[in-house]
Amino acid sequence: MFYGSRWIRTPENPKLNVPPGEDAAVNRFWCIVFLLVPILGVATFIVAPYYNIWFPRDVSTHGVTIDNLFMFILWLTGILFIGTEWALFQFTWKYDAERNPEPVKFSHGEHTLEVVWTIVPAVILLFIAIYQMDAWAAAKMRKPNIRPTAEIAGRQFNWDVRYPGADQQLHTLDDIVRYDGNIHLPMGEDVLLVIKSQDVLHSFFLPNLRLKQDVIPGMEQAMWFYAKDTGKFDVVCAELCGWGHYKMKARLTLQTRSEFDKWLAETYKAEQAMKVATVDQ
Amino acid sequence: MSTVTADTHAHEHADDHAHVGGFLSTYVFSRDHKIIGLQFLFSTLLWFVVGGLLAMGVRWQLAYPWSDMPVFGKLLFAAEGGQISPEFYTVLFTMHATVMIFLVIIPILAGAFGNYLIPLMIGADDMAFPTLNMLSYWFMWPAFLAFGSSFFVEGGAAGAGWTSYPPLTVLNSASPGSVNGQSLWLIGVLCVGVSSMMGSINYLTTIIQMRAPGMTMFRLPMTIWAMFITAVLQAFALPVLTAAGFMQLADRELGTGFFLPEGVAANNALPAAGGGHPLLWQHLFWFYSHPAVYIMILPAMGMVSDIIACFARKPLFGYKPMVYSIAAIAGLGFIVWGHHMFLSGMNPMLGMTFMVSTMFIALPSAIKTFNWLGTVWGGRIQFTTPMLFALSFVSMFIIGGLSGIFMAATPVDIFIHDTYFIVAHFHYVLFAGTAMAVWGAIYFWFPKMFGRMMNEPWGKVHFFLTFVFLNCTFYPMHILGLVGFPRRLADPYHYETFRHLMPLNQFMTWCAIGMFATQIIFAINFFSSIFMGKKVGRNPWHANSLEWMAPSPPGHGNFDFQPIVYRGPYEYGSPEVETDYYPQTQPPPEKQGDD
Repeated sequence: MFYGSRWIRTPENPKLNVPPGEDAAVNRFWCIVFLLVPILGVATFIVAPYYNIWFPRDVSTHGVTIDNLFMFILWLTGILFIGTEWALFQFTWKYDAERNPEPVKFSHGEHTLEVVWTIVPAVILLFIAIYQMDAWAAAKMRKPNIRPTAEIAGRQFNWDVRYPGADQQLHTLDDIVRYDGNIHLPMGEDVLLVIKSQDVLHSFFLPNLRLKQDVIPGMEQAMWFYAKDTGKFDVVCAELCGWGHYKMKARLTLQTRSEFDKWLAETYKAEQAMKVATVDQ
Repeated sequence: MSTVTADTHAHEHADDHAHVGGFLSTYVFSRDHKIIGLQFLFSTLLWFVVGGLLAMGVRWQLAYPWSDMPVFGKLLFAAEGGQISPEFYTVLFTMHATVMIFLVIIPILAGAFGNYLIPLMIGADDMAFPTLNMLSYWFMWPAFLAFGSSFFVEGGAAGAGWTSYPPLTVLNSASPGSVNGQSLWLIGVLCVGVSSMMGSINYLTTIIQMRAPGMTMFRLPMTIWAMFITAVLQAFALPVLTAAGFMQLADRELGTGFFLPEGVAANNALPAAGGGHPLLWQHLFWFYSHPAVYIMILPAMGMVSDIIACFARKPLFGYKPMVYSIAAIAGLGFIVWGHHMFLSGMNPMLGMTFMVSTMFIALPSAIKTFNWLGTVWGGRIQFTTPMLFALSFVSMFIIGGLSGIFMAATPVDIFIHDTYFIVAHFHYVLFAGTAMAVWGAIYFWFPKMFGRMMNEPWGKVHFFLTFVFLNCTFYPMHILGLVGFPRRLADPYHYETFRHLMPLNQFMTWCAIGMFATQIIFAINFFSSIFMGKKVGRNPWHANSLEWMAPSPPGHGNFDFQPIVYRGPYEYGSPEVETDYYPQTQPPPEKQGDD
């Protein structure tokens, strides 16, 4: 027998019910290891923003809803996390066989407790579920009734952009098509994008606009946002699309409407000049 | 006490049976559930090393992109000059996940522990269908060969992620791994599926039909309940994966178009005839693979429940709520697959429906956690190695469970989908959860399997280092996800947004390497203990369930007496008896009668 016959609990010596050779101090050490989980876990989330390891700058109007919802869930789960991990520490600390002289609480469960810890989390989860529906609907279901500003098409391994020309219609002769991975879009107004794929799955991910949508060959989808600032931002492909997935990168330039129109006109002129030059040759 | 008298006659009988048949039929093509369990255990532990090495490759690339990998680089990818190429990086993470899921976690839980423990814990002499059981192990070998050989075919192994989303997987020209590797991958997964199916039918039949007298369903240990419900999940979900696998194989090899829209082409190859839809695969795949997530955690939960009750020396808190919550997880598990597809292009309205069902699957998990805490409360806890692993399972499962709520919240998922936040989440569930539980279970049932103890002090060193390194490796992934750090990227640092995350990734990589190296302690402890561990009797942990009443190791036919069950498996500290445990087979004291 591993712990010998001293395992038997007798009325004369109830404390013999302890494995000999186990060091009580070592048990304390294990309890503290478990206590370090919530302490360091919470500390990581407190320290991370100071090292800029946090949400990237948000330049969209809807992004704040997403970030706030995240923070709300973070607080809620954080409290549950601390509470349950603390309970685990507290119980292991208090009911260590080496130190706890009391006999075990011979209990098979507690009906009231079961009901409480079923209903309370159920209500909380139902609340989260209903609370977030509006944000989801705004992001994916309430498509604004405007003309698309551009069409983005993913292919291995680039994002091609097509702007409607002066006629405001996509896929007409005056379209401006760019293959150089630079996407220009206006800020300060509702922007509607048509996104699609030419070959495999991709995902159009704009971290600073809190936008992401997988694109599927054979399916056109829409994406919309309202940017509140100018600047240059990363466009990431977030769905594995082959060996070059890591380099399927684009840069998004958000400009004011007048700058955007100016850039569009210049690009159109340059493209026409190129076409004329090609024809001349 | 009848059990003690039975003890004394144990060894002669066991020896009689051990010599039946030759070496091949006893140890290789054995139909004994214990040998098959051990075959599964050794095979999966071997693949665990392979899967771990693949993970090291992924971590190395994330810490030091495009630089020579020391030691293993030259060994593993000499053709690449010791560097990881972008093609090979996709192979690394694809095959890491594939190996860990299909060749390690699923077969080690259901195959190794399910096989070994089910007949012993219900008091049966073997499985209901021993030959089918043997086949379920040998059907793993075509899978081993398919996955293993795929590294050496033209184009290399599959590199489209373990989810194998078409069209990347179906268009040969789309990815090097899709030339040949993907077909081998599909054949491998199909064979694993056949093996699991044979196992699950066997488990269901055995648990329903072969319980010892007195072993009612509500006297089953939680391990058996978990295995039972896991088998139900497999039996219902696997046919869908098998069908989907054959459809993708047909798309690749026979030119059908189940998953291809019309005209799709990659790299200027001929356009596909089409007529299908890529989303169909995702629905079929996740209809299996979401329940599979529970196949990968429920048995671990069951084993942890048994270990915690044993070392808290206290009855399991809320036995029936625990059973019902496992059943609820399994039931809800079939209607939440869409939460993998919130951003896939699926109708957003459907996403909302799946969001609600997903929120509610957190509930049974919470109930289980509270009941584990209730079990620890008021006990007399012994900090043995299996107990430390089991307690760490609870601690880590809290993190893995809570982080799931973030992704279930669809608006938040828009940002963190396919970032390292999800990588953190499933590693906390599958590694910090299931793998830790598996180690605890190995330490716990090792004396039953080999009749010897594993070394306790070294077991605790193994636990401590693994616990520290795993948290240092996986916890920072949460905050990487907050930055939007995408998964499956060979070189994320050429994005300005992620450039400053390299030092943190280097720290995580070194912790991952430490975690891998720590397993050498386990390997030495495991193999040396088989031959040199301290010999033990039948019941070294003073546990209640039936397997501890059989000899260690049990001979052919398991029990040397007919086990009769008088009570549930968690009667620790019962006032009815002098000892602090009360085996299921021990008849009640005469005065009180059976209640």
